[in-house]
Formats: sequence, structure tokens, C-alpha cells
Amino acid sequence: MTITQQVITIGMCVLGTVLTRALPFLIFNGKRPTPRYVQYLGKVLPSAIFSMLVVYCLRNVTPLHYSYGLPELIAIGVTVTVHLWKRQMLLSIASGTVCYMLLVQLVFK
Amino acid sequence: MNILEKNHDRKAFKALKWAFPYTIPIFAGFWFLGIAYGIYANASGFSFVYPLIMSMTIYGGSLEFITVSMLLSPFAPVQTLIMAIMIQARHLFYGISMLDKFKGLGWKKYYLIYGMCDETFSINYSAEIPKDVDRGWFYFFVTLLNQIYWVSGATIGGLMGDLISFDTKGLDFAMTALFVVIFLDQWLKEKHHMSAWIGLISSVVCLILFGTDDFMIPTMICILVLLTAFRKPIENPEKAGDAK
Repeated sequence: MTITQQVITIGMCVLGTVLTRALPFLIFNGKRPTPRYVQYLGKVLPSAIFSMLVVYCLRNVTPLHYSYGLPELIAIGVTVTVHLWKRQMLLSIASGTVCYMLLVQLVFK
Repeated sequence: MNILEKNHDRKAFKALKWAFPYTIPIFAGFWFLGIAYGIYANASGFSFVYPLIMSMTIYGGSLEFITVSMLLSPFAPVQTLIMAIMIQARHLFYGISMLDKFKGLGWKKYYLIYGMCDETFSINYSAEIPKDVDRGWFYFFVTLLNQIYWVSGATIGGLMGDLISFDTKGLDFAMTALFVVIFLDQWLKEKHHMSAWIGLISSVVCLILFGTDDFMIPTMICILVLLTAFRKPIENPEKAGDAK
């Protein structure tokens, strides 16, 4: 690729990203009232999105092969337990991450 | 004028102080992933300028990795654009969810939309912002700090190449843990979990059916269809329960 072609390629990726981020705001720009259906989606989508993002992060886990998703399962267990106990976001994330690092570096090599 | 400016500064600074702790886990995750991305670009034969520019302009992790391999393939701009839209399609959902929250934020809104990656959206949507902290500045600093972490990580990775020896294996779990915590908070906050279940079942079923690379678009379609089909029971769970 020439430099110009590289710039265009990167530019296309920028355009694609900006489009997906801005489109809802361009369509429902507040000049007309947002349709009730879209308001409903805006209210209920986040719960579904957070489920989707958790699964997305875990998409490369192999439950049927070694390490059977065990480090992920244990580390998520630790994260959830610490969070239910202390309700401190940073502490929950740090404990889960340290636990996961120890598991994949020392136990499930 | 002077007093006004000072007031303005104080408002921004207060929001920055409130926003920073929320972004610390992102710092860990973004430096890890960003450095990994920089090293990958470097190993693919690109100078640090490439990860620097791509992380700053594209600012979407998974797409940036793919852009590196696109730059090494024959020039295909239309295909690149379609690919970019497909990979980033989930951001459409973030926009729909933030329509109300970003209302009336003036110039900041444009940057907030531009910088709305998975992590920034999740924090900005779910964070509890006290009444005396300026909402617009809070969103702004969460977005800005996260982008600084990502760009600096990618640049450092691009500069260092494979010089790093510290064993950081597994550090990227910080991102998974972040989403787990946000998911859990959302779950505890709501009375009915229909939407969360719809998201969970749709993504797991689509992951099994379509595989790791192609499951996000089918998942999004499934979620939309199911949320539309179950709109009545989701909006009025009590009534639906009585009817039974």
C-alpha cells in the first residue's frame, strides 16, 4: 500500500466507527420527539448490553478443552463475591484480576 | 468574568476528581491491551506513529487490531468500511441508550459521542453522579482519561516493541471484571431481569451457532427482536403477572 492508500484505509475505519457511534444522535436529534419505541429501547437495552459485553470478553474461553474456563469461572466468582461483600468497584476488579493472573501464571499454565 | 471563570474551573476540577477513580480499572486494562496492540503493530513492521495515530483516530480496540492486518492486505476501501461498520455495530446500542443523558451538553456532546467506546459507555451509563457534580464534565473526563490511557499504551507498545519482560499475562482480565461488576450493579438495581436474560441467552446461543468472530451482529438482531416481542411484559411486568 502507498501512504495515501494507508491513510484512506485508516480513514474508512474512523468513518465506520464514528458512524456507528453518532447515527442514533443524528436520527433522533431532539428536533422531533424521540419515538416511544426508541425510548423504550434506550431504557431496556443497557441490561442486555452488559450481558453481551461479559459474554464478548469471555468469547475465547474453551469450556470443552483445557483449561475448561476454570480460571475465568473462579476469578469471576471472586469478583462477584468481593463486590457483594464490599460494594467497592475498584476492590472487586483488582481482586478478580489478581486472582486470574495468579491462576493463569501459576496454576493453569 | 474572573469569578465566573474560576467557578467554571472549579466545576470541571470537581468532576475530574469524581471521574478519576472510575477510570482506574480502565487504566490497567487499557495499558495492557494498548501496549499489546502497539507491540503487535510494531512486530507487523509499523513504526510507533501508526499505533499512535490509529489509537487516537479510530479509538476502538478490536477494530484497530484488524486495521493492522488490513494495512498489510491489498487496498480495498469499500470492504474496509463495511468491515468497520460490522465490527463497530454494537455502538449503535450505546447511542440509543445515551440519547437522553447527552441532551443539552453543548460542545462536549460531540466529543462524548466520538469517544464512546465500550468501557467509556459502560462507566458513563452506570456511574452514580452526585447532584453537585457537573454531569457533562464528568462524562467528558471519563471519556478523555480513557482515551489518554489507550493512546499512551498503544504508543508505548509501539516504541518498546518486545522489550517488555514483566509477566503481565492475565492482566486484561481487568476489562472482563469491569463488565462483570457493572453487570452485577445493574442486576441488583433492577427489579426484573428479563432484558439481562435476553442479552445473556442471545449472546451465548449466537456464540455457539456463529463462532467467536461472527456472533455479535446476530446477537444484536436477536436482542432487538426479543426486546420488541416482549415489550409488553417488560414494560408492565405486574400487569402481565396479573393476567396469568
